[in-house]
Amino acid sequence: MYKYDEYDHAMVEARVAEFSDQVRRRLAGEITEDQFKPLRLMNGLYLQLHAYMLRVAVPYGTLDSRQMRMLAHIARKYDRDYGHFTTRQNIQYNWIKLEDAPAILEELASVEMHAIQTSGNCIRNISSDQWAGAAADEITDPRPWAELLRQWSSFHPEFSYLPRKFKIAVIAADEDRAAMRLHDIGIQIVEKDGVHGAAFYVGGGMGRTPMIAPLIKDFVPLEDMLSYAEACLRVYNRYGRRDNIYKARIKILIHELGADEYRRQVEEEWAHVKSLGIDPPNAEFDRIAAQFAPPALDASAPDEIDRSDPDFAVWLDQNVAAHKVPGHAIVNISLKPVGGIPGDASSAQIDLMADLAEKYSHDELRVTHAQNIVLPHVRKADLYTIWQALDAAGLATPNLDLISDIIACPGLDYCSLANARSIPVAQKIATRFSDLDRQKELGELKLKISGCINACGHHHAGHIGILGVDRKGTENYQLLLGGSGAEDVSLGTITGPGFDEDGIVDAIERVTDKYLAERTEGERFVDTFRRVGMAPFKEAIYG
Amino acid sequence: MTDTALQSGEEPCVTLDAFLSQSNATAVRLEPDEDARALIPHLDRLALIEVAFPKFRDGRGYSSARILREAGYTGELRAQGDVLVDQIAYMKRCGFDTFAPEKALNPADVEAALSRWPEHYQGAADGAVPIWKLRHG
Repeated sequence: MYKYDEYDHAMVEARVAEFSDQVRRRLAGEITEDQFKPLRLMNGLYLQLHAYMLRVAVPYGTLDSRQMRMLAHIARKYDRDYGHFTTRQNIQYNWIKLEDAPAILEELASVEMHAIQTSGNCIRNISSDQWAGAAADEITDPRPWAELLRQWSSFHPEFSYLPRKFKIAVIAADEDRAAMRLHDIGIQIVEKDGVHGAAFYVGGGMGRTPMIAPLIKDFVPLEDMLSYAEACLRVYNRYGRRDNIYKARIKILIHELGADEYRRQVEEEWAHVKSLGIDPPNAEFDRIAAQFAPPALDASAPDEIDRSDPDFAVWLDQNVAAHKVPGHAIVNISLKPVGGIPGDASSAQIDLMADLAEKYSHDELRVTHAQNIVLPHVRKADLYTIWQALDAAGLATPNLDLISDIIACPGLDYCSLANARSIPVAQKIATRFSDLDRQKELGELKLKISGCINACGHHHAGHIGILGVDRKGTENYQLLLGGSGAEDVSLGTITGPGFDEDGIVDAIERVTDKYLAERTEGERFVDTFRRVGMAPFKEAIYG
Repeated sequence: MTDTALQSGEEPCVTLDAFLSQSNATAVRLEPDEDARALIPHLDRLALIEVAFPKFRDGRGYSSARILREAGYTGELRAQGDVLVDQIAYMKRCGFDTFAPEKALNPADVEAALSRWPEHYQGAADGAVPIWKLRHG
């Protein structure tokens, strides 16, 4: 894991001092709320329906047990004893007092954490593959590349007042576990002639106009990555639309220019930017990469697992994934208990996961964009002990990637932008499908719920997506089918007229019944949908 | 550092269009939607370029400033308009050397803002040595 040196510490401390001063001036009435807003947003502080919400960055979703315990401590001391893990691999707290924010940031800084650029029209926290460094299918660990980008994008003087927010994801495997092509910039580390470089996909995103990012450059060498990113951003900062907030993301610029013209402009800018000497030497990458060296795992550790406890075996089959080192596994902890709030964890649960990471996972945890937690480096021999501890804490729901492993935004229960509630719908769906055998029969089924058109709940990318809208003052839910945020990336299509809260649950049941009737051997829900199209599903829903 | 008023005798800025059609002006004002690169052939006879910030949220002027400095402009580069104390440190990094805010800034806050950052992660137009270079010499 990356460890701060004196420079990183000094930068985060300066930011805490700066924000403390900004809060002081705001509380003293020296700056207006309009002037304060972009400053607090760049420090992760939103004004929500009931209180301030603080979003803490978890760079590329990686943290150690000390940091995880700090997240529990903050929930306990400053919030209501729980936190909410987000689709950007961050954590947010929903009940924060403005005057506590500087103290929280100071506490975070003490464990090399911050809330820098988790909001605002700037480059946001860089996200990545939650299985980085552990997955059998990666060509390298993408996190050193992400850390290089994190430092470059932190306090970037030119790109802190962009037309709109800017999200970057980095992966290094063909299997896309980070929704890479639904980011403003999605980077896939690829290999060419034995050398690693970055493929740049630019102009993806969800929101009210979802777009899949086109490939803008197939191979940018490591030593040019930051200048190329700088050129991509500069073209956007200069020419991205600022007349309409809904058309201000880079995807609209690229859509209006066309990928070829955008690429041409970036190349022209890059020819100039490359000459400025802003790319660090490879020695800096090597310094960072050394800190992500794989943990010392014993490849001769026993591979057999005692499956005699049937409940354990169910969890093992559903939530545990293959590790690149024999005798080891990746544990996925579901934060989606039936009837729970997707992504929420109590302080006690956060502490327990920290303890397990320290004891059994080389002190590492990951946050996933699906709002779950990962213990990336676990000995197979320890799996049963870990499962028992998780189970006792309500953290062993065996539903990874099943219909009840729902992504949901906070919705109208918290969010000032929402048109409809998301959480109760997620709870009702999970309850309707609570029979685990039924869920397993349905297989991989990614269900994603957003409470408004901004699509924080990734509904465009759900095999089944739900969008909450406001229809004449009542909550109405539209149903989308056929989206995917993975390597088979696609955008869902709306089935037709929307439903009320109970109606949407019934509609999903009709859709899943139709799938079971139509599927052929080995087909996932989304495969069947792609093969047979919308018509049979529409008929099943609307008759 | 802050320059809140035109100094007496200073030549007023002309618009970009006027500048490009009249060759003797030495001060020009650049609006957010105007291309800074149009000035590049004329930089050696410019003493002042004023970059307009009609709204602090409009960040195009930051790129304009860097483009001008990267092209070798050494004259005065002024940020004018909705320029707030919390923006000036980034503006300075992008190459601005004077500020003409519509609303006067508190000098103590300006001093604090400009001395806030010990180092910088990335190279920009202010000549600061980026952290990666400090790490590797």
